[in-house]
Amino acid sequence: MKLLTLNFLTCAIKTCKSSPLSFPLHPREVELEILETDYNAVFLRNILPRLEWEALRVLAGELGLPSLPESSPDVSSLSTSSEEDDSETPTQVAQDLHRLLLETCIKEGKLVCGCCGHEYAVKEGVANFLLPGHLV
Amino acid sequence: MTDSEPRGEGYEAQHVHSVYEEIASHFSSTRYKPWPIVERFLKELPDGSIGADVGCGNGKYLAVNKKVFIVGSDRSTNLIKIAKEHQPHAAVVADNLSLPHPFGCFDFAISIAVIHHLSTPERRVEAVQAVLNLLRPPSGGNKNSGRVLIYVWALEQKDSRRGWDEGHEQDVMVPWVLKSGERTKKEKGQKTQRDGVVNSPPEETVAPAPKEDKTFLRYYHLYRKEELEHDIDEAGGTVLESGYEKDNWWAIASPRQQT
Repeated sequence: MKLLTLNFLTCAIKTCKSSPLSFPLHPREVELEILETDYNAVFLRNILPRLEWEALRVLAGELGLPSLPESSPDVSSLSTSSEEDDSETPTQVAQDLHRLLLETCIKEGKLVCGCCGHEYAVKEGVANFLLPGHLV
Repeated sequence: MTDSEPRGEGYEAQHVHSVYEEIASHFSSTRYKPWPIVERFLKELPDGSIGADVGCGNGKYLAVNKKVFIVGSDRSTNLIKIAKEHQPHAAVVADNLSLPHPFGCFDFAISIAVIHHLSTPERRVEAVQAVLNLLRPPSGGNKNSGRVLIYVWALEQKDSRRGWDEGHEQDVMVPWVLKSGERTKKEKGQKTQRDGVVNSPPEETVAPAPKEDKTFLRYYHLYRKEELEHDIDEAGGTVLESGYEKDNWWAIASPRQQT
């Protein structure tokens, strides 16, 4: 499961959703894998303003990945355009974000809610949010 | 159908969830052509929109538009394993009444052929509400709230091979015949002979199957005209557009402005 997904995930238990503690979910005992995918400049540009940057910084820290700047990079910092042939080259910032959000995936491990402590398993890259009967 | 069993979560676990888990691979091989109204809805989204496909199955709608980002979810792990291969999207295993997303985080959502699998009126309304809760709510003068497209199977389909129509029992069991060893995709235009119906007229029943075939029955609630709109209203949504397409009722809805 690509890390970008975590930007749109929280605890499946309704009463947790109103608590700020339930976002982001905390990865524990995870095994990461890199699954390479084509760089898509437009996609990255569109997704950047939708990121909960603070949550992403927390995640990067918890996963032991290189730390992110304090505030979200500006969309304009994603590419440098060449005046000669009108082409755009992704900057290092863009390449790093692509690697972090779209290529860095949780293969195995747990996602833990900071509010209720419930653990959701990730197996073979699939996160499972089904709740046991007594929590529904 | 077996009316002695109480409907609800346990009933659906047996008559919907476990069936899809078992037929996942074969079911998936028959689900690859997007329905036109769903395709249009997804293609007309502004680039960079972010949404949910609740009950995404094998993820066939994740393939329609690569300029948006969709988080698909389904109760079946086997279907999610297929769905998660659709880049650039994502897919997780979840129940549609306990979705793992923050309230209001999506621009759009789709719920295609899902809500008709819930077995009580209350659970169907709750399912609509759960999808509406995912959408960006209307705020102040901004009417630009998120939109959901919902599709459900229609009771009124007298021209279909199943022949149901107004006045028929709305809660039905529909068989899926899994032929042992079958792996091939059906050819275009070749109507499925497996997905027939219990108690249907003789000419519409499934052809005599080899011994080793296995029949699974899935529960469906067939929606009658205007019932979907009613459920949406009950769930706190506003219907923006609705209609009938090929044996299904559909509607596009938004969360209602809180007053």
